[in-house]
Amino acid sequence: MADKRDGGGNGGNSGGGMLLWLLVPMLVLYVPLYNKIEPTLFGFPFFYWFQLAWIFVSMIITAVVYYGTEPR
Amino acid sequence: MPLNVTALIVFIFFFGIVTFVGFAAARWKRGDLDQLHEWGLAGGKFGTLITWFLLGGDLYTAYTFIAVPALAFGTGALAFFAVPYTIVIYPFVFVVFPRLWSVARARGYITAADFIRGRYGDRWLALAIALTGILATLPYIALQLIGLEVVIAAMGVQLAGALVYLPLIISFAILAAFDYFSGLRAPAAIAIIKDIMIYITVFAAVIVIPLEVGGWDKVFAAVPRDKILLADNLGSYTGYATLFLGSAMALFLYPHSVTGVLSSSSRHVIRRNAALLPAYSFLLGLIALLGFMALAVGVREMPAYANAFKEFGPNFAVPALFLQVFPSWFVGFAFASIGIGALVPAAIMSIASANLFSRNIYREFINPNCNPMQESRMAKTMSLVAKVGALMFIIFLPHEYAIQMQLLGGIWIIHTFPAVIFGLYTRWLNSKALLIGWAVGMTAGTWMAASIGFRPIFPLQIFGTTIPAYIAIYSVLLNFAISVVLTLVFNMLAMSRRDETHPADYYALEGIGGGGGH
Repeated sequence: MADKRDGGGNGGNSGGGMLLWLLVPMLVLYVPLYNKIEPTLFGFPFFYWFQLAWIFVSMIITAVVYYGTEPR
Repeated sequence: MPLNVTALIVFIFFFGIVTFVGFAAARWKRGDLDQLHEWGLAGGKFGTLITWFLLGGDLYTAYTFIAVPALAFGTGALAFFAVPYTIVIYPFVFVVFPRLWSVARARGYITAADFIRGRYGDRWLALAIALTGILATLPYIALQLIGLEVVIAAMGVQLAGALVYLPLIISFAILAAFDYFSGLRAPAAIAIIKDIMIYITVFAAVIVIPLEVGGWDKVFAAVPRDKILLADNLGSYTGYATLFLGSAMALFLYPHSVTGVLSSSSRHVIRRNAALLPAYSFLLGLIALLGFMALAVGVREMPAYANAFKEFGPNFAVPALFLQVFPSWFVGFAFASIGIGALVPAAIMSIASANLFSRNIYREFINPNCNPMQESRMAKTMSLVAKVGALMFIIFLPHEYAIQMQLLGGIWIIHTFPAVIFGLYTRWLNSKALLIGWAVGMTAGTWMAASIGFRPIFPLQIFGTTIPAYIAIYSVLLNFAISVVLTLVFNMLAMSRRDETHPADYYALEGIGGGGGH
C-alpha cells in the first residue's frame, strides 16, 4: 500500500514531474558559468554573489516542490 | 597574547548556561533514557524547528567556522566550494532521506547499519557500514577540539607544562557528563542557543567589518588577483565541482547526520528542513568571506598576532579578526559561539558512533541477548570512550594527523553510498558484491590520498588527459562499478537474498503497531 500521493520517489504523475525541478539547483556543477568577476553586485564579484543567490533559488524551488507534492 | 579578562568572563558565562541547559535537557520531551532510541535518538520526537537547529548545529561545525575562512584566507576562491556543496545536498536530502526515515521508523532502525542489516540480511555488510561510520567520525570529533583550542588561546589563556590542555579537558569533561546523562536531548537543546549566537556573531561581522575597511569592494580587493577566481582551465573546474559534489554525497551518510534525520518526528519534518536548512549555507558563505575580511584588515602583518599565526597558521585568521575589530565583551560572545559550536557536533558525533557500536557491533556480535538497558548503557559508555579518544588524538598526535584523518573520513564514508542510498530504492544489488566494492573503494581511495600527500584532488590520467577530481568521486565510481558487475556474476550463481523490509515501509508515516520501540 505505497502512498501514491507522496512525492518520495515514485509518486503520482504530478509529484514525479515536480521532482524534476530539483535538478535546477544542480546547475552550479557547471563552474565556467560563474567563474568570472563581472558583473559585480554591491562590490561582490559574480563568482561570489551568484553562488550565494543560488542558495535562495534552490530554497524557493525546494519549497515549491514541497507544497506541490505534500499530501493535502 | 595578553589575557583578555572581559572576553574570558563572557565566554565562561555562556559555557555555564550551556552546561545547565545540557543537564536540564534530560527532562525535555521526557522518555526512558535506558532505551537506546530514547537516549541516542531522543525518541524521534523533534519537530521542524528543533530539527532545523539540531541539523544546523550538527553539520555546520566549529571546525567549519574556523577552517573555511582559513582556507579563504590562504587559498581564496576555492574555499567557496562550501556554498555549492550545501546547495546540491538539500534537493537530494528532500527526495531520498524521507525514505530512510520511514523504513527506520517502520522497522525500529536507529542507524544506517541497522537498515543495511534488515535490507540485505547481511551482518558483515552491516558491520562494514558501522565501522566506516565510526572510523570517519572519530577524527571529526578531534577536529572540533582544534576549533575550541584556537579560540581559548586567542583569549590569552596560556597555561604551562602539563596544564596546557586543561581548558580543553574541562570543556570535554562537561560535554561528556551531560551527554552521558541526557543523550541527544542535550546537544539539541544547546544547538538552539549556539545557532542563535552564531547568527548574531556573523551578521555583526558582515555589517561592521566592511564598513570599517570601506566597503565590500575593498574586502574583495584585498584578495590577491590570482586567487579571487578559480584558475580558468578544465582541471580546476572538475576539481571544484567534484569536490563539492563528493562532499555533498558524503555529508548525509555520516552517522551524526543520520542521527539528526532519524530523531525527527515525521518524514515531513525532513522535507521541510531540506527547504529551510540552506539558510545555514548562506551563513556559511558569509563565514567564508570572513577570511577575506581578515586579509583586508591585515591581521597577518600585525605583530600582536605573529606568534599565534606561527602556532595555528591560517586557522587564526578569524580569531585575530574578531580581536582586532570587536570590543572585548563581544569577542567573548563570538568565541563562546565557536566554542559551543564545537560541543554540539562533538556531542552528536559521539552519540551517533556510540549508537553504531552498541547496536551494530555489541548487540550483533558480542552480546546478542542483551536487554535494552544494557544496550543503552553500552552506548553511554562508548560515547565517553569516543570523547577520550578524540582528546588523546589532539593531545598526543600532531594536528596534521587529525586533519588528514578527517580528509580520509570523507573519502571513506562515501563508500557506504551504494549500499545505503541505492538500497533505499532497490534490493537488486548483491550484499557480497557491495561488500567487495566497499573494500576495493576504501583501499583505492586511501591509496590515492596517501600517494599525493593527503590532498583531496587526484590528477587521474584518462586516455592521456589528466583530469583532476575529488578522490571520493573517483573511488566511489570504482566501488559502484564493482558492485554492479559482481552482482551480475553472483546473480547468475543464484545466491540467496533476504530482505525483511516491504515496499510500503519506505513511505511509512508511523512505526508498525507502535513499533520503532515506542
